[in-house]
Amino acid sequence: MDKKIDQEQVRKVARLSRLELTEAEVEEFTGQLGAILEYVEKMNELNTDGVEPLAHCLAVSNVFREDIVEESLGTERALANAPQQDGEFFRVPKILDGGSGA
Amino acid sequence: MEQLSAKALRDRIAAGETSSVEATEAILSRIEDVDPALGAYISTHREMAMERAADVDRRVKAGEPVGELAGVPVAVKDNMCTTFGATTCASAILKDFHSPYNATVVEKLLAADAVIVGKTNMDEFAMGSSTENSALRRTVNPWDGARVPGGSSGGSAAAVASRLCYAALGSDTGGSIRQPASFCGVVGLKPTYGRVSRFGLVAYGSSLDQIGPITRSVADAALMMNVIAGRDAADSTSVDETIAPVCDYLEKLAIPVEGLKIGVVSEFNAGADEPVREALGEAIGVYEGLGAEVVEIGMPRLDYAIAAYYVIATAEASSNLARYDGVHYGHRSERARDYVKVYTKSRAEALGKEVKRRIMLGTYALSSGYYDAYYLKALKVRNLIRGDFTEAFRKCDCIMMPVAPTTAFGIGEKVDDPLTMYLSDIYTIAANLAGVPAISIPCGFDGNRLPIGLQIISPAFTEDRLLAIARMFERQTDWHKAEPTVSGGH
Repeated sequence: MDKKIDQEQVRKVARLSRLELTEAEVEEFTGQLGAILEYVEKMNELNTDGVEPLAHCLAVSNVFREDIVEESLGTERALANAPQQDGEFFRVPKILDGGSGA
Repeated sequence: MEQLSAKALRDRIAAGETSSVEATEAILSRIEDVDPALGAYISTHREMAMERAADVDRRVKAGEPVGELAGVPVAVKDNMCTTFGATTCASAILKDFHSPYNATVVEKLLAADAVIVGKTNMDEFAMGSSTENSALRRTVNPWDGARVPGGSSGGSAAAVASRLCYAALGSDTGGSIRQPASFCGVVGLKPTYGRVSRFGLVAYGSSLDQIGPITRSVADAALMMNVIAGRDAADSTSVDETIAPVCDYLEKLAIPVEGLKIGVVSEFNAGADEPVREALGEAIGVYEGLGAEVVEIGMPRLDYAIAAYYVIATAEASSNLARYDGVHYGHRSERARDYVKVYTKSRAEALGKEVKRRIMLGTYALSSGYYDAYYLKALKVRNLIRGDFTEAFRKCDCIMMPVAPTTAFGIGEKVDDPLTMYLSDIYTIAANLAGVPAISIPCGFDGNRLPIGLQIISPAFTEDRLLAIARMFERQTDWHKAEPTVSGGH
């Protein structure tokens, strides 16, 4: 049977999603996502030629405000929930030199 | 006192006939008795609640004006930001997150002098239909402890049904207010998209999410709408009141809709279990007794709503949840040795399975090579579904259908089969895709004495009429007065 998604694709999507999956999860998700995607393809029964995609129900457009400085959160409150910070910046491990990259 | 409506309690407190301190103390001690077994709340805030209650009582005594919810104990779902306590979204990744600001709806509740007693349990990030996806605790159905309360606003619905607050807020992306309201035998309203500000609501599917009330009566839902509805400069998708004015929903409630035309999609409704179909038929019969006319309508694309929804909602979720990166706030893995691992390990350790599944599904649907086939296709199907509603509302004032195909299902019954869980959302999802308001009101019980809900859907920005239509039924029936036997210390 034509599988909608295989384990290799699941690993690729996990990388794109920035999720580290165990082998057991890869296996479980492959089956479950395959079943969901197969169901979702039901949409192909509908002819949508010439139908506009509807991303949003309201006729939304960009909202602008006057370019005036307003009060904002402030460094202390913005950093208050950070797992690691130095009072001024968020702290993360080194990005260059020995980082594994994407 | 617990039997009073939110409105009646407010009026008694404002008149000095009863005190908010007394009402709040009664609710808090009931929570202490009942909630260890029920699991409706993630956190309660006794000290703050009692202080606010005392302040309302003091102002009443001093003859100062008090708000529309003066002294009334209420609850909010834990995906709405509060500066008090944590805002967890029932996720391990946010379990210690303290918001620097309040959601607009929280500000509005406080401005109306409500007493927020706690924050309620939910499916993690509002992803689920049973509240079983909470990483923090389990909520059971107040009518049967072996069954789910529905989801994702299961904690709010269980709390309202069990009299652990007088009213609550939930959020509804694909049925998350209406389905738990139905499973727990209370009233749940999903307003029109854009009617209530989403500022400070932790985002799941931004084009679908909407906050609304869960209450014991239609009148209390109208009262809550009076407090939370309206334009908010902080949410640019909340609608300008010159385009769609808000009104006094409570005042409009008393006016029955003359010559009501009810749209019914018989073929679609046939998919529900027999007790649900029977209750729906009897409910429609009540309206016919009031002079309403039933119109058979065709909505051929409704059947595709679940498919479109699980592409659109997950695509939006995959983008919204990218912010949980272990850097700015939330859990960071202690095992991460480099920058990318901060992301991948933090997310792997602290996000639940259903959340991972939906992020993966959405990422896939948006990824190169699949975008047109899944995401773009789903947006076109969404447009067709909205077209079905537009067409239907030319022939009728409202549409009536089940809320869910079944009554509350057993705990554990569907957790290992996500697709089956998704399919249980069949009746609620379309209103989110089309952005229209929909309400669930109690309309009966099945053979196991589990509540059944009636869903009524109306055109965009007609919550006033929707509530008035719901009230017509409530006035004729006693279903909303039924109470579960919740075991506690009393």
